[in-house]
Amino acid sequence: MKARLPLLVFLAALTFGPAILPEFYVTLLNYIGLYAIVALGLVLLTGVGGLTSFGQAAFVGLGAYATSFLTTAHAVSPWLGLLAGLGVTAVVSLFLGFITLRLSGHYLPLGTIAWGISLYFLFGNVEFLGGHTGITGVPILEVFGWKLDTGREFYYLIWLVLLGAVAATQNLLDSREGRAIRALKGGSLMAESMGVDTARTKIVIFLIAALYASISGWLYAHLQRFVNPTPFGLQIGIEYLFMAVVGGAAHVWGALVGAGLITILKQWLQDWLPKIFGQSGNFEVIFFGLMLVIVLQRAREGIWPWVVRLMPAQARDQAVAAAEPLPRRDMAQPGSLLLEVKDACKEFGGLVANNNMNLTVQAGEVMALIGPNGAGKSTMFNCISGVDPVTSGEVRFLGERIDGLASREIARRGMSRTFQHVRLLPTMNVLENVAIGAHLRGDKGVMSAALRLERAEEARLLAESARQLERVGLAGHMFDEAGSLPLGQQRILEIARALCSDPCLLLLDEPAAGLRYMEKQALAELLRKLRAEGMGILLVEHDMDFVMGLADRVVVMEFGEKISEGLPEEVQNDPVVLEAYLGGVE
Amino acid sequence: MTYNHRARRALYFCAPEPTKTMDLQIALLLGQDGIVNGAIYALLALALVLVFAVTRVIFIPQGEFVAYGALTLAAFQAGKVPGTIWLLLGAGVLVALIDATIAVRGGGLRRLPRIALVNLVLPGIIAGLVFWLEPGKLPMLAQIILALAVVVPLGPMIYRLAFQPLAEATVLVLLIVSVAVHLALVGLGLLFFGAEGSRTTAFSEASFQLGTLTVNGQTLWVLGASAVLIVALALFFGRTLYGKALRATAINRVGARLMGISTTMAGKLSFTLAALIGAFSGILIAPITTIYYDTGFLIGLKGFVGAIIAGLVSYPLAAAGAILVGLLESFSSFWASAYKEVIVFTLIIPVLVWRSLTAHHVEEEE
Repeated sequence: MKARLPLLVFLAALTFGPAILPEFYVTLLNYIGLYAIVALGLVLLTGVGGLTSFGQAAFVGLGAYATSFLTTAHAVSPWLGLLAGLGVTAVVSLFLGFITLRLSGHYLPLGTIAWGISLYFLFGNVEFLGGHTGITGVPILEVFGWKLDTGREFYYLIWLVLLGAVAATQNLLDSREGRAIRALKGGSLMAESMGVDTARTKIVIFLIAALYASISGWLYAHLQRFVNPTPFGLQIGIEYLFMAVVGGAAHVWGALVGAGLITILKQWLQDWLPKIFGQSGNFEVIFFGLMLVIVLQRAREGIWPWVVRLMPAQARDQAVAAAEPLPRRDMAQPGSLLLEVKDACKEFGGLVANNNMNLTVQAGEVMALIGPNGAGKSTMFNCISGVDPVTSGEVRFLGERIDGLASREIARRGMSRTFQHVRLLPTMNVLENVAIGAHLRGDKGVMSAALRLERAEEARLLAESARQLERVGLAGHMFDEAGSLPLGQQRILEIARALCSDPCLLLLDEPAAGLRYMEKQALAELLRKLRAEGMGILLVEHDMDFVMGLADRVVVMEFGEKISEGLPEEVQNDPVVLEAYLGGVE
Repeated sequence: MTYNHRARRALYFCAPEPTKTMDLQIALLLGQDGIVNGAIYALLALALVLVFAVTRVIFIPQGEFVAYGALTLAAFQAGKVPGTIWLLLGAGVLVALIDATIAVRGGGLRRLPRIALVNLVLPGIIAGLVFWLEPGKLPMLAQIILALAVVVPLGPMIYRLAFQPLAEATVLVLLIVSVAVHLALVGLGLLFFGAEGSRTTAFSEASFQLGTLTVNGQTLWVLGASAVLIVALALFFGRTLYGKALRATAINRVGARLMGISTTMAGKLSFTLAALIGAFSGILIAPITTIYYDTGFLIGLKGFVGAIIAGLVSYPLAAAGAILVGLLESFSSFWASAYKEVIVFTLIIPVLVWRSLTAHHVEEEE
């Protein structure tokens, strides 16, 4: 209850504020609300997803112009205007997303700069949109017969929409899709290996951010009752980004703080700066520009984390609720062929990292891939799991050719992996990190997450993650930040995450590195248990005691080629292997 | 804000146009126009590619150097003291303070004289020349050199103040900072030069008759100077040690650093070159086009479209893309002048589609 107090006070102030505040402040609050809706989209896009758009103002413009044009020229209902605006925005943003999001990160912002400028000039030059004078006489909005013809009345609509959007965004982030979104920043490769379609996820958040902007534009048009191109130029698009960054781009409430601060500051600076400089002009941009540089240099997280420190501490989650277990995949018959690599070659430019590699893994066996450093073992792993496909040759999994498939498609077929260089999301807790592994075992989408209709599925996913954490012995760290674990435990966490996808083949890249003796024993025990359940395990490892005590078969690589294969004791006595590891015996 | 003035201006000039027909004469004129603008965009595109490759900064403020260069020269010719001189002095003091603090804390007292020389004494001398020489009465070449001396040092100073503390940040953060710097510089530009546009005196009043086409001297100056600058850059990157150091940094920052190349030096050097190219471009076109405090942004962005055509990596492609932008702009100003900007900036879309379809999808973790 105490933790919720600030929120309740805030809501009460919002509810009763307009009744006592003078008109000027209500207007200011209306604008803050409108801007915060747009900034909220940028929090999702930039702060959480790591993408940026300078063109949000143009989306606001689409929403505003769509309803203004339709309601004045064709006298349709404003609600149809809203739908039309959302439709146009969706089409444009999907198109822009498709052409830029497959390219590296900076093409989206550049594309949105160009698009922001051209849309601005288009608004200003198209005759039926009123050119630079714009469209006047936009009708008053009516909600259930209640005419919203003053700022005071409109205020409630704006803030209801904003708070609804805040709640929906928060719900979304705390869900299966939300974990995928949070994995975009710094974890795309891992997320793809866990079955997340990152390209689709990027387009989804770009679309959501654009739709928020469009709704804000619709509200703006019916509040102002006229539109012209000025508020939809690139400059304002940049200001929206300022709001998100200054407020705290990684937090939904940061959007509100940023929008409030920048709007008030701008108002204030516009009054004062011309007096100081003795001439007219919008000099507040100088101030904003410098402020943003300083914020990014000194406090990249923005203001919100400071605000949080002033509030009562939130209670930490203590336990995961029990839930019905998820359905499991049918395990292959022990001894049946899971994976077959045939004549696989991998070249990087002129460098041949893998040359004519052949190996097989059966259900219910541990196959170890060993060799000196630089032998090409991790490259082989990347070829098999689709992270970096083979140049030539074949990879078959459960009888089906998988070379050329995306890594998430391979994950869907029942292969899961860990990484030599641990790939976790260090600021998310251990449980959430593991739950990314279960991504493919849920199917509820963004809408149901935003509306909290996926709670049953979410509970099952989290319960499964907790179960896997218990299995690997990390149950005590479930709610710790993943980045706070020692490296050895981070590797174990990766195994739990891989297990969460219910694989029939597990690829482990140096799982025992950084573990202490007892921990290695426990890991070996776990792998034996998995093998007994019929799982196939392909293992890269340098700890020979660990490998030889565990593996059923061993393949030895050197210089990208297989130099030996057989039972552990055969390989250990193979002179070629001894030479590779110890140098020639003359 | 930036577009309001322009929009209003555009409205006057793009009022209903009589139907026009294209003939060879007009096509040649437009082509000449397009190539001249394209040459400027090409210079800017080169600078953008250079800065991005070396520092990963997408240098949005490039255009402000164009405007600052042109307007500083214009201020000289109008007998005024350009506001940029105050910016130079202020930024110098700021850099000197920061660097001196770091030097004192780190015990590097021997670096102090150099810090003071570069950031305080040199700007002081330049300011002294501007105040006492009456630059407007000097020969053209001296005016240009003095204008460049005022504007170009701002490049490395901006790198030092805004970007160097963030050198390891993601491209995205650097881009946001870049936009922030652009805003601040445009605001300062309005403060220094006012909302009125300026033109400068042409380098030469000569004009030549080429068949039916009149080519004026400034056009040849722009083309010649651009060509010389491009060749000079090619020689710099191909033949000199510093040029090679920049290329090395562009290819592999860590590797370059291990070889003893300072990435800070590389960053400052690339910003200096970008500032030089930007300011010089502004000086080249100021006699042909009226330059406003915010003109640079759109000019710079058109250089960008050229650079994006080249994927921000290839110099010759960037130059070719920029010329294409120039031609497209000039011909669309004939057929649909109100939609000129729309057409130019929409060009980016097919380019992105093409890039997207041909991109090898390799995931880079930042």
